[in-house]
Amino acid sequence: MILWRDLNQAMILSMLRASDGDRSSRALIVIGALIVLLVVMSIFSLTAGAVGISTSDVFQTLALELVGGEADQTSSLVVLGIRAPRTVLGILVGASLAVGGAVMQSLFRNPLADPGLVGVSSGAALAAVTVIVLGIPAPLIALGATEFDALPFAAFSGALITTFSLYMIATRSGRTSTATMLLAGIAIAALAGAATGVLVFVADDQQLRDLTFWSLGSLAGATWPRVSAILPFIVPGFITAGLMAHGLNGLLLGEAQAFQTGINVQRVKFLAIVMVALAVGASVAVSGVIGFVGIVVPHILRLMIGPDNRYLLPACALTGANLLLAADIVSRTIVAPAELPIGIVTAILGGPFFLYLLLRQKGLVDV
Amino acid sequence: MFELDSVTVAFGRSVVVEQTSRRFENNRFTAIVGPNGAGKSTLLKLLTGELKPSSGCVLFNDLDIAGQPAHLLAGYRAVLSQSNHLSFPFSVYEVTGLGLQGASVDRKTRSRLIRQALEGVELSGYEGRLYQQLSGGEQQRVQLARVLCQLEASAAPDDQKFLFLDEPISSLDVRHQIKTLQIAKQYSRQGLGVVAVLHDLNLAARFADEVIVMRLGRCVADAAPKQAFTEDTLEYVFEVGFEVSADSEDRIRVSLRDIIDPPDMSAAPRRLI
Repeated sequence: MILWRDLNQAMILSMLRASDGDRSSRALIVIGALIVLLVVMSIFSLTAGAVGISTSDVFQTLALELVGGEADQTSSLVVLGIRAPRTVLGILVGASLAVGGAVMQSLFRNPLADPGLVGVSSGAALAAVTVIVLGIPAPLIALGATEFDALPFAAFSGALITTFSLYMIATRSGRTSTATMLLAGIAIAALAGAATGVLVFVADDQQLRDLTFWSLGSLAGATWPRVSAILPFIVPGFITAGLMAHGLNGLLLGEAQAFQTGINVQRVKFLAIVMVALAVGASVAVSGVIGFVGIVVPHILRLMIGPDNRYLLPACALTGANLLLAADIVSRTIVAPAELPIGIVTAILGGPFFLYLLLRQKGLVDV
Repeated sequence: MFELDSVTVAFGRSVVVEQTSRRFENNRFTAIVGPNGAGKSTLLKLLTGELKPSSGCVLFNDLDIAGQPAHLLAGYRAVLSQSNHLSFPFSVYEVTGLGLQGASVDRKTRSRLIRQALEGVELSGYEGRLYQQLSGGEQQRVQLARVLCQLEASAAPDDQKFLFLDEPISSLDVRHQIKTLQIAKQYSRQGLGVVAVLHDLNLAARFADEVIVMRLGRCVADAAPKQAFTEDTLEYVFEVGFEVSADSEDRIRVSLRDIIDPPDMSAAPRRLI
């Protein structure tokens, strides 16, 4: 622990000293490095798996497909049909979870607010499970929705309701109580879990298999249609997040101070809640509940480049994408040809990290 | 010019500010003094727009501020709040820079404004320090630097701008108390309107052009320090015996008459002292 603390301190101090308090150029370098890493990680993700396909074969297949040539059937199917959508989905989900976490932490002014911890993911999962077991709500059928379209929408609604309820419960006259937020989050997660449990009773065998997937989290079901099903949620989510980076910075000072510096506090809070719901809802809809990305990634990046959301949010998106790709590569190679659910991998990494956070900053929860 | 037009603020059944009207002009340093719970901060929050009056209205240049968007107000006035807690590891440079959020300034100007503001509050060289690791007084000065940044970046003319300070010197050492009030005074001489909630009567008397003495949500006295700070007024408001004297340069000095035995305040409603 002491070593960790020293390392942390040393990291912050060296970053600060080097940049004389202005960490913006440092942030840009980190973002640049993360982009390079993401490219490398994506290639790695395309080559890793049960079927051995070399990096040059991957490039060859991609190149041939691009120019409309005839690629090797097997590698084409594996790379473009299975691994590519999985990689893209990993990037989207990882980025969403990390950015969703960072936005939520700014909204609650608290580094412990993580969509997975405080029940937002559970709420999204409950809504999705409801659609799986009980079917699509009538109004959506009237609009011609299939279960495929309905899932992200349901998960988004579930996430929106939980985030909003949590905010209403934990915030009184502009002050958010950490204890109330965490406890209310536990209560909401428990309620959502109980409701999901009831649904399990009425589910049939096929549905039960789907439900297991929700609780552990996995990228295994990745297909191109899945990717395109969540894009309408994730893209507006990212745009919203980017537009409100200033406003979120203001919120970090406090609601009154944000207003005084010229920020439309009500609008920023509303957008932040919607953004968290979009990002978490979309991720849960396609990959189930993957925990800890939303708390670990923003925390580490804040130590490196500071809490300025203009840099933090893009850096979070990139780091989240990298982390999830790495976790996914582990999840499908460590027990190959079987697969470990990715939620287990992130929990094994994230659980201890979270405990360490609590031990290191005991005062944090009393804020 | 800010104006309170017969404003009343009530939380439930308790009235915090009662039927108050007053104009706040540019080029003036106004101090608000009074005991805890007198409504000083509430009055300030009304002026900044943070709090809406239960009745009456607050005007800025004859327009009701209730309808004004936050970014517009922020171009004309900056506010230093009483409590400023940050849960995230910002550097001093970054916290100060948050005052420039709304302003469109290039990188170089940004850096210059921030370093200037930090120099003003005597925190040059602290740019790279973590805000959370500073002492309470240093944090307060960083926040002041942030507020000054906001004022400096604003394009509005000085004789339209306002600076509101809620207990700006509460955790400062004597030297920085004076330094901070000198900065505020300096701004009022440049044409800004400065309104500050203060607890130190002597510093208020020394720096303010006019003082508002509040008690139980009402203005008891509102004049230049020499007229407002009479022994009778101060004893009535603070329920402690005061002695007010003038020095050779006609500046008044307020001192406690007797700190051992509270005076008999049978004329005024009793409170625990």
